[in-house]
Amino acid sequence: MAPALINANPVVYEKKERPARSRPGDADFNEYAADIIDQLEIFDILSTFLHHIRDIKDPEHPYSLEELKVITEDAIEVDDKRSYVRVTFTPTVEHCSMATVIGLCLRVKLMRSLPSRFKVDIKVAPGTHATEDAVNKQLNDKERVAAALENPNLVDMVDECLTPSYE
Amino acid sequence: MADSTPINFVKHIETYVDSSSSKSPAHQDASLDAIAKLLMNDMITLESLVREMGMYLTTTDNIIRARGILLLAELLTRLSSKSLENATIHSLIGFFAERLSDWRALRGALVGCLALMKRKGDISKSDATAVAQSFMQNLQVQSLGQHDRKLCFEILECLIDCYPDTVMTMEDDFVYVICEAIDGEKDPQCLLLTFHLVEIVAHLYPDSSNSLASYAEDLFNILGSYFPIHFTHPKGEDDVKREELSRALMLAFASTPLFEPFAIPLLLEKLSSSLPSSKVESLKYLSYCTVKYGPHRMLQHFELLWSSLKDTIFSSGQSDNKIASESLILLKNLIQQDDGKLVNLILNDADITSTLKSLNTTVPDQQRINAIGRILHVSATSSIASCNAIFQSFFSDLVTQVSDRPNFGCLYICVELLSACRSLFMNHGGPTSLNHNNNEQPWCIMLHSLCDKLTSSLVKSIKESSEDACSQSGVEGLKILALFPGSFMGVSKVIFESILVEFVSIIVFKFDNGVLWGSVLKALSEIGSFIEESHDFEKIPSFDVIVVEKMVGLLSDDDSSMPFSLKVKAVSEIGTINLKYMMKIVEELNKSVITSLHKSWIDGNSKSAEHAMLLLECYDNKVLPWFQNVNISDDVATNFALKIWEQIEEDITLFSDTHVEKKLLEATTDTMKNAVASCSSENQTKILDKSFTILSSTFKVKKSNPVNLIISLFDSVIIALHPKTHVKNPKIILQILTESLTNGHIPSSHALGSFFNKIPSKESIDISFIQLTKSCSNVNEIVGLSWMGKGLVMRGDEKVKDVIMFFLDFLISNSSQDQEMMRAVADSFSVMMSDSEKCLNKKLHAVIKPLYKQRLFSIVVPILQSSIVKSDSVITRSMLHRALAHVISNAPLSAVLGEAKKLIALMLDGLTILSEDVENRDILYNLLLVLSGILTDKNGEEAIVENVYIIVRCLSKLVAYPHMMLVRETAIQCLTAMSELPYARVYPFRQEVVQALSKALDDSKRSVRQEAVKCRQAWASISSRSLHI
Repeated sequence: MAPALINANPVVYEKKERPARSRPGDADFNEYAADIIDQLEIFDILSTFLHHIRDIKDPEHPYSLEELKVITEDAIEVDDKRSYVRVTFTPTVEHCSMATVIGLCLRVKLMRSLPSRFKVDIKVAPGTHATEDAVNKQLNDKERVAAALENPNLVDMVDECLTPSYE
Repeated sequence: MADSTPINFVKHIETYVDSSSSKSPAHQDASLDAIAKLLMNDMITLESLVREMGMYLTTTDNIIRARGILLLAELLTRLSSKSLENATIHSLIGFFAERLSDWRALRGALVGCLALMKRKGDISKSDATAVAQSFMQNLQVQSLGQHDRKLCFEILECLIDCYPDTVMTMEDDFVYVICEAIDGEKDPQCLLLTFHLVEIVAHLYPDSSNSLASYAEDLFNILGSYFPIHFTHPKGEDDVKREELSRALMLAFASTPLFEPFAIPLLLEKLSSSLPSSKVESLKYLSYCTVKYGPHRMLQHFELLWSSLKDTIFSSGQSDNKIASESLILLKNLIQQDDGKLVNLILNDADITSTLKSLNTTVPDQQRINAIGRILHVSATSSIASCNAIFQSFFSDLVTQVSDRPNFGCLYICVELLSACRSLFMNHGGPTSLNHNNNEQPWCIMLHSLCDKLTSSLVKSIKESSEDACSQSGVEGLKILALFPGSFMGVSKVIFESILVEFVSIIVFKFDNGVLWGSVLKALSEIGSFIEESHDFEKIPSFDVIVVEKMVGLLSDDDSSMPFSLKVKAVSEIGTINLKYMMKIVEELNKSVITSLHKSWIDGNSKSAEHAMLLLECYDNKVLPWFQNVNISDDVATNFALKIWEQIEEDITLFSDTHVEKKLLEATTDTMKNAVASCSSENQTKILDKSFTILSSTFKVKKSNPVNLIISLFDSVIIALHPKTHVKNPKIILQILTESLTNGHIPSSHALGSFFNKIPSKESIDISFIQLTKSCSNVNEIVGLSWMGKGLVMRGDEKVKDVIMFFLDFLISNSSQDQEMMRAVADSFSVMMSDSEKCLNKKLHAVIKPLYKQRLFSIVVPILQSSIVKSDSVITRSMLHRALAHVISNAPLSAVLGEAKKLIALMLDGLTILSEDVENRDILYNLLLVLSGILTDKNGEEAIVENVYIIVRCLSKLVAYPHMMLVRETAIQCLTAMSELPYARVYPFRQEVVQALSKALDDSKRSVRQEAVKCRQAWASISSRSLHI
C-alpha cells in the first residue's frame, strides 16, 4: 500500500554528540539554580521525549529528522523569558509533499512538551520548498491546526511519527 | 485402570483418529500415551494393533486415513527404544515409504519414515534405498508446509548420517534432490537443517566426485543467496539465533574446496559492501574458508584478497574494532597458509612503501599509519619467515628515519615492529632449544646491530619531543626492548641497564608531564614483574640497584624537587612487584610516617602533616590491601600499629596542647583501624594492651582528659577488634569510652557500639545502659545509646529491646521537651538501621546476625504505627514519622513489601509531614524511593491499587516540592509508573495528574521537565488521543 517514495535516497548525516550535564552529587550542582530552556533543550525535546526535534521520524524515511538535517540546532530560536520559540525546518526535497506533516509533528511535539506559556512558530526555511507560503500559513493558523488535530487519521500519523525510536 | 486394558485400546484408537471437535488435543495425546504404554509393556503386539487399525490406514476418507497413519507413526516414534522384529520393521517401512506418495496423508508417512529410519541397525540396505527412491519420486519439498519441510530435511539428514552407502550409490540423483529440496527455503529452523545437509553431503562425497563437482555451482548458488544472514523481520530471531545460522552457513560454505571458485568472489564482493555487518561476516567466512580450502586453491585469489583487505583495514577507523580485528585475523591466516606470496605483496605494495618512505617529509594521516602499523605487526607475528622479510625490507630504514628526526609515524611503526618480534620470540622462543634458532635469525641479528642506535633515538624522542604521542611511543619502545627475555641476544644487558637508568631519571626529574610520568612508572613495574616471573637472574640485580634502591632513597631525600605525593606513588607502585621490594619499602615508609607524624605533633608543621597524610593514605590503599591479598602474615600491620603507639608514648609529654589537624586525625585513625583489623587476634591483644597502658598513663600524668588524638586512636583499636580477641579490663575501658562520649566525642560512641557487639557481657551492658539512660540530658548520650543499640541489634541481643523501648517512651511521653533531643532520638533509628562505613561492618569484624534489619523492622514498626495513631501532639507525630521514615527507608525492600498494605497510608502521611520542613528533604527523598520501589515491584501492586487516590494526591503535591530536584523527579517517575496500573483504577485521576504535570513542564530543572514530558505522554496514551494539547 505504501506509495513510492518521493525522495528515495536521501543524504543521511550523523547525529551530533551531546555534552554531559551536571547531576546532583556533582561539585557544581546547585539545587535552586534554574536551567533556562535553550536552543539545545528544544533541539533535544525534538530528540528524546521532552527533548523535543531529533526523534521525530520523517514520515517517508526511517531516519530521524536530525539524521536528515531537516532540523539543526541553529535553526531554532528560543527566548525563555519572552516564552517564544521559532523552529525553521528544511524539507528534504523542494517539492516534499510531507512538509506540512513534518511541520505539524514539530508543532504537536512542542505543544506537548513545553509549558503552555510558550508561543510556537514553525516555518519552512526560505527558498527550500515549492509552496513555502502556503505551508507556513497552514502551520501557523491556530484554527487549521486545531482542525487538523480533530482528524483521527492525521493524529494517528502524527503519533506514529512521534513514537520515540530507541537505538 | 480400565483404560489400560488391552480391550480398551480400540476405544483409544477411535479417540485419536476422531477428527470431530468433540475430542480435545490433550485427550487425544492421552490416548496416544495409553496405547504406547500398552505396546511398551507387551500387553498388545504391534501386529494386532495394525490389524485392528486396518481400516483406518486404508480408508478413502482422507482425514481419517491421515489421522490413522499419523497414529501409527507417532506410536513408532515413542517406541524408539523398544526392539522390534525385522519382519515387522520391513513391512512397516515398506508401507510408510509407499505412503510418501499419498500427499493428503503425508505427515504421518514422514513421521513414520523418520522414526523407523532412526533405528540404524534394524533397517536393511534395500529398505533404505526404497525410502530414498520413494522420497525422490514423490516429494516436492518446497511445496509443503513448514513442519513437513522440516521433517523432510530430517529424513535426508538421517539418510546421509545413517546410510552413507545407500546414498553413495545414487550420487547424482541424490545431490539433485537436495538441490531441489533446499532451493528457496526461508524458514530459519529449516534453513539451519539445510545448511547442515549441504555440509554433510559435501563431506560424504570425496572431492573428486563427479556428481558433487557438477552440482557444486548450483548448490552454491542456492547457498550464496543467504549470505550474509540478515533478518528482515526481527521476530525470526526468537527461534533460531542469527549467529547460529551464520555459523551453520559458514560450515556449509567451507564444507568442500569445490565451492572455492564461487565462494571467494562472492565473499570479496560482499566485503566491498558498505554495511559493517556484512563486512564482518565476509571476513569471518574468508578466514574460515581459507584454512579449509587450502593454499593451492587460495593462491590465485591472493592479489584480490590483499587489495580488498588493505582497503578494509585502511578505511576502518578506531571505532570499527570488529572489522579491524576480523581483517587482521584473516591476514594472519592468509600469511600462515602460504609464507612467501602474500608477504611479498605487502612488501611491494606501493601504498605501504611510499608511506613508509615519506614518513619524515610529509605528515600522513593518523589512520593510515595506524593501519600500516597493524598490518606489519600482524604480518611479522605470523611466522618467522615473514618477520625476517619485513625486518629486512623496512627496519633499518625506519631506524635511520627515527634517529634523523623522530616523528610519530616512524616511531609508531618501529614500536609495532618491536612488539611484533617480541611476541614472535615469546611464542616460538621461551627457554627451549628454539632460542638459538631465533637468535640466529636475520631479524634478530638486525635488531642487535641497530639496538644502540634505536635506544638512543627513542630516548631522544622522549626527551625532546613536545608531542605526547611521540614520547609515549618512545616509552613503549624502550619498555618492549627491556621486556625481551634474558635468553635473547638482540638486546644486551648494557642496553637494558641504560633503559632502566633513563626511566628512573624521568621518574625523578620529569614529573611535570603527568601522562609521561605515569606511563614510565607503569613500564618500570611491568619490567620488574616480568624479570621476576621469568627468573632472570642476570637482570634482577641490575633492577635492584638501579630502580629499587633509588626509589627507596627517594622518601628520605628532602633535596629532590619532586612532589612528595609522586614519590609515595612511585615507591608504592614499585613495591607491588614482589615481597622483597615491598618489605624494603615498608621499612622506609614506617620511618617516614613516624618522623612526619612526630614533627607535625610536636610543632604543628603543616608540611609534615601533609606528608603524613599522603603516607597514611598509601598505607591504607596500597600496602595493607597488598599484604592481605598475598596473604603472608600480619606482621607489617601489627608492626605499624605498635610503632605509632610507641611514638605516642615517646611524645606524650610534648604534644598535650597542640591541636592535631582534623584531616590528619581522620587519616591516622582510619589507617589505625585498617591496620588493626588486618591483624590476628593475638596481635590485636598486644596492640590493645599497649594502647591501654598509654591511655591510662595519660590519665595518671595529666589527671585530666587525654588529648583527642590518643582517645581517637584508642577508639579505632576498639572498633577494629576481632570478637575472639581477649580484653583485659573491660570495665575500665567502658568507663573511659562512656565518659569521652558524654563529652561529645563521637568516635567513642562507635567504639562503644563495637565493644558491645563483639565483647558482650550482660553485667557491663546493664551498667552502661543505666548510666546512659539515667541522666540522659544531652544529645551525645542519645547518640551513644543508639550506637550501643546498633551493636546489640546486629548480634541479635535481647537487651536491644530495652534500648528501643527507652527511645519510644522518650518520643511518646516527652512531647513538651526540647525538640533537639527528640530529633536525636528519632534519628537514632537511622543509626541502628543503616550500614556504617566507620564501624560495625564486615571488614571491621562485626558480629552480624542474618536478617537483623528485618527483625528490628518487625519489632519497631507496629509500635510506631499504633503510637502515631494515638498521638495527638503535632511535634510528637512528626518525630514519630521521622523515626518511621528512617526505619522504612533503611529496611530491605522485601520486608517493606510484605507489610505494604498497612504501611502505604502511613508512608503517605509521613511524606506529607516531612515535606513541610526543608531540613527533612533527604529523609523525604529516601522515603519516596521506598514508595517508588513498591510501585515498581510486582508484589506491591495490590497495595498500590487499593490506595491509588491518596497516592496520586500526595505525589501531585511532591511534583512541586521546591527544595530538592531529586524529589520532584522521583515523584514524576512514580506517577509514570502508576500509569501502567489497571486502566479502570487510574483513569479517573488522569485530569488531575496532567494538571499537576503542566506545572512540572515549566520546572526550573531540565531533568524534571524531561521526566514530566515522559509522564505526560504515558498518561495521555492510557486514554484515546483526545488529550488537550
